[in-house]
Amino acid sequence: MRRLLLLTAMLFPALASAATLHVSAAASLTDVLQELAPLYEKQSGDALLFNFGASSLLARQIEEGAPADLFISADELKMDQLQVRRLIVAASRRSILSNTLAIIVPKESRMKIDSPADLADDSVRNIAVADPQTVPAGLYAKEYLRKLKLWQKIVFKVVPTDNVRGALAAVEAGNADAGIVYKTDALISKLVRIAYDVPVSEGPDISYPAAVVTDSKQPAAAQRLLDFLQSPPAQAVFRKYGFLIKPRK
Amino acid sequence: MSAGNWHIVAFTLRVAALSTLLILPFGIGVAWLLARYRWPGKSLVETLVTLPLVMPPVATGLVLLKLIGRRGPLGQLLDHAGIEVVFTWRAVVLAMMAMSFPLLVRGCRVAFEEVNVRFEQVARTLGASDWRVFATITVPLALRGIVGGLVLAFARAIGEFGATIVVAGNIPGRTRTLALAIYDDAQLGHDADAYRLLAVAAVIAFVALWTSEAILRRQR
Repeated sequence: MRRLLLLTAMLFPALASAATLHVSAAASLTDVLQELAPLYEKQSGDALLFNFGASSLLARQIEEGAPADLFISADELKMDQLQVRRLIVAASRRSILSNTLAIIVPKESRMKIDSPADLADDSVRNIAVADPQTVPAGLYAKEYLRKLKLWQKIVFKVVPTDNVRGALAAVEAGNADAGIVYKTDALISKLVRIAYDVPVSEGPDISYPAAVVTDSKQPAAAQRLLDFLQSPPAQAVFRKYGFLIKPRK
Repeated sequence: MSAGNWHIVAFTLRVAALSTLLILPFGIGVAWLLARYRWPGKSLVETLVTLPLVMPPVATGLVLLKLIGRRGPLGQLLDHAGIEVVFTWRAVVLAMMAMSFPLLVRGCRVAFEEVNVRFEQVARTLGASDWRVFATITVPLALRGIVGGLVLAFARAIGEFGATIVVAGNIPGRTRTLALAIYDDAQLGHDADAYRLLAVAAVIAFVALWTSEAILRRQR
């Protein structure tokens, strides 16, 4: 009987702890949130279950009724898309983080990329970017290169990936000559180096909004987690990974 | 349906046909060796050939990526020769080949095993060469199974997803196949487009199966 209970607890962790929060979060937050999770779980007693992916995919999943208590998107657009359909609690929505872009190359690459314009050079055969049609990291990269009038010159070289971490992986493996990712992604990889660090002033306005999902059965617990993510200890961890903190309004 | 969607359908049919054509001689050869002879390493080859059928397609894709990636043993050679493979249509064909090969081999092997060896022996006693026996006795008698395996391999190639997305990516206009496009449309919420492509996929599958049945009926 005790074994059966234990097994049940393992299969349905929700029964074992106060609350199990499903957090759908942008792929670029993977590492930092996984570092923050044990901290929060210890402090609150709640358990966190993450669903990382392209924000566009996560928003779509929430639209289709996927379980989520808190959604953290890598751009405002996806959050707007959910708010219009009243799928998030508008009052809980706030932008918590910012980021910058970086042009990366494989660590041992001898390619000379000192500026975004060098991406247009023939020696760069392909460029890994998160899908520039839908995924925030790709949309930001496109916006940035458009502003520099470079997008049309490189668009045929773009290898779109499912999310920003896919672009990172393609450069890590050497299968892409270069990639455009968030600086925070570049910083966690030992296999790539930053060829060009896009200054905040030059790059697009990157914003990570978070909100409680309307269908959440435990909105109070979700709100507590959101508050925690804006607390000084959490912010210190975000900073360590290279994220920029948005001032709390 | 949009021009872009038709382009995707045409591209998928082309690469799947090429993949099936490329594996055909090897598939028949390997099936023949497996069906008729005992040789050292046979069970190893048997396992290797079946592996893509039982492994998650994504895992097969990963193995392929390690092989033909720019830093992989094969990829480096090709890269030096100036042939780009990963994230190009060539990678799509390779993924399709790897995933459909086991089906072709299985179909052909069973077919060869069912051919009565007596007929071949008789032909040989009448002076026919090994090659002539194979071409005029064995293959015609095994044709049902060979065509069956071929159609199955072609259908598998058309539906290939897991390995393709790993080695070829999902690049619009370059490596996006029917299956990848359906996935993409579903993700974006373009359900109408997804359904249209789904209908096309169903029609292709139906036509392929029906044609093979018709060919075989005429055979009998």
